[in-house]
Amino acid sequence: MTVDTAAPAPQATASGAGEHRSFKPRYPAWLALPSLAYQIIFFLGAMAILVAFSFATQTGFNQITYGFSLEQYKAVLDPTYLGIFVRTLAMAAGGTLLTVVIGYPVAYWMARYLGDKKLLALLLIIVPFWTSFLIRTYALKIILDSNGFVGQTLHLDIMYSAWAVGIGLVYNYLPLFILPVFSSLERMDWTLIEAANDLSAKPFSAFRQVTLPLTLPGFVTGALLVFIPMTGEYVVPAILGGGKFVFIGNVIGDAFNSAQNPPFGSALAISLMLALSIFVVIYILVATKEERFGS
Amino acid sequence: MARNSNRSKTGFSIWAVLVIVFLYLPIVVMVIFAFNQPSADALASNPGVDPCSLPATQIGNVSVWNGFTACWFPAALHDPTYIPAIITSAQIAFVAAAISVVLGLMAALALARMKPRGRIPFDILVYLTLVVPEIVIAVASLIFFVQAHNAVPFFPQLGFWTIVLGQIVFNSALAMLIIRARFVGMGDTLEEAAFDLGAGPLATFRQVTLPRLMPAVFSAFLLSFTFSFDDYVLPAFTNGTTNTWPIVLYSAVRFGITPAVNALATMMLLLTIAAIVITALILRRSRGGSSEGVAKNFAALGV
Repeated sequence: MTVDTAAPAPQATASGAGEHRSFKPRYPAWLALPSLAYQIIFFLGAMAILVAFSFATQTGFNQITYGFSLEQYKAVLDPTYLGIFVRTLAMAAGGTLLTVVIGYPVAYWMARYLGDKKLLALLLIIVPFWTSFLIRTYALKIILDSNGFVGQTLHLDIMYSAWAVGIGLVYNYLPLFILPVFSSLERMDWTLIEAANDLSAKPFSAFRQVTLPLTLPGFVTGALLVFIPMTGEYVVPAILGGGKFVFIGNVIGDAFNSAQNPPFGSALAISLMLALSIFVVIYILVATKEERFGS
Repeated sequence: MARNSNRSKTGFSIWAVLVIVFLYLPIVVMVIFAFNQPSADALASNPGVDPCSLPATQIGNVSVWNGFTACWFPAALHDPTYIPAIITSAQIAFVAAAISVVLGLMAALALARMKPRGRIPFDILVYLTLVVPEIVIAVASLIFFVQAHNAVPFFPQLGFWTIVLGQIVFNSALAMLIIRARFVGMGDTLEEAAFDLGAGPLATFRQVTLPRLMPAVFSAFLLSFTFSFDDYVLPAFTNGTTNTWPIVLYSAVRFGITPAVNALATMMLLLTIAAIVITALILRRSRGGSSEGVAKNFAALGV
């Protein structure tokens, strides 16, 4: 609704009144319509059906009665599922923290010290993306296998545990954090650091008072780009957790596959979205703010 | 001061090298284990049989090193499930990326210079599609597609086209953001000049905007193709009976894998690297040998 009323506005201003420039070249606003229609049908439409399903009841095999039943949400509040929720959010938070601690220095190193070789380093970070995510996770399984080289030499048996899943999460999402943080660090004016040094600031306080505030949008974007998909992770816990260390995403998937209870799965999915909505709002605020700076 | 900054530079460099080693370690392991033999027990109980023709259930544990063989490479190329799945995945990724880029390009042109009032509702929608966990989109798409097929006769059954339709949601949003960032960054003086000289929107687009946007368009296509080709979760729920490469891989990893999978992945990685090197050589020739220019082009492809 807001879209309908707002969309014609730019064309009205394009014809001239009240602009500091008399003529502004613009492509017509209707070019956005196919994309908008697509998202409304296939994204919002799908989400609407998901909400409707979460209030429905299962009345037999493959049989669903729509209604307004809160039964599925009560089932979500069962201690078993709450426990999996807490575990998922805790693992995602821990995984994000590790990713930040491991990845930030790499992005900083690339932006500050590499000079004209920084794009080569960027390529080096991107190349692993071109090998299947599943194969890389399987290769991690080979590395972590208790009968394998690492397991035998270090006497480690961490396969199918929180550690294995955590390593898998950090491994798969590290590049996704490094890239946005690098691009915000790269845009920073490093002469400000020299100025801070000249004013005899210690390196760490220069970092805390100059670098961090200036690159905060990229930092937050990167952290949330990692945290949000981690909470919905499906493949890593299935392969490295071996079904013994499931995330909420696996429970949602099972409700649709093996358990044959789509209304319950829908209620779980909506609950996950609600739990994440706080972070999503922060993300939108930060991301649109950064774009305003950029343009 | 200089010594202090040198020391921290060394510290950062060591850390970065360790992280890059961590990123490449599984890939190195993948390549090494493409040359792994079936276990000694498996070889002993199948004398005289080509070891690489054994099914996953009869090769023993291949997560440990059993000995060297190169026979998985020819075996992989004749595999009846892997090769068709790779072809299907490539087709899906191509169609999804092409449609996503067209939708994203159109939206980027319209939105880039629109006032925030008109743009923000669309932006919120786009960011939502990017931040909703994929498992949620996957199950929502599954029930949506099933209902749509029941209600609308011409709506496709679960399969190739529903995977494409589902992936466009994420990929077109991503394409729009990549292309728009470039479009906003370019400034509008050249478009203004074109419009001033009497060129219509279509001529301006063809002669001014598109040529300058080409790197971003290409980059959006490549990224979209990569995501789509490598995507497991959405296709796993919306595939019907269509098998994609990640779906086949997932069930292999869960229920029995042979080193033929490693061999295929190794060959695909080599093909990708060859494509990068060839593109780099062509770019270098056309750019008069500046390696920085070449690297810049690749960075544009990646980010």
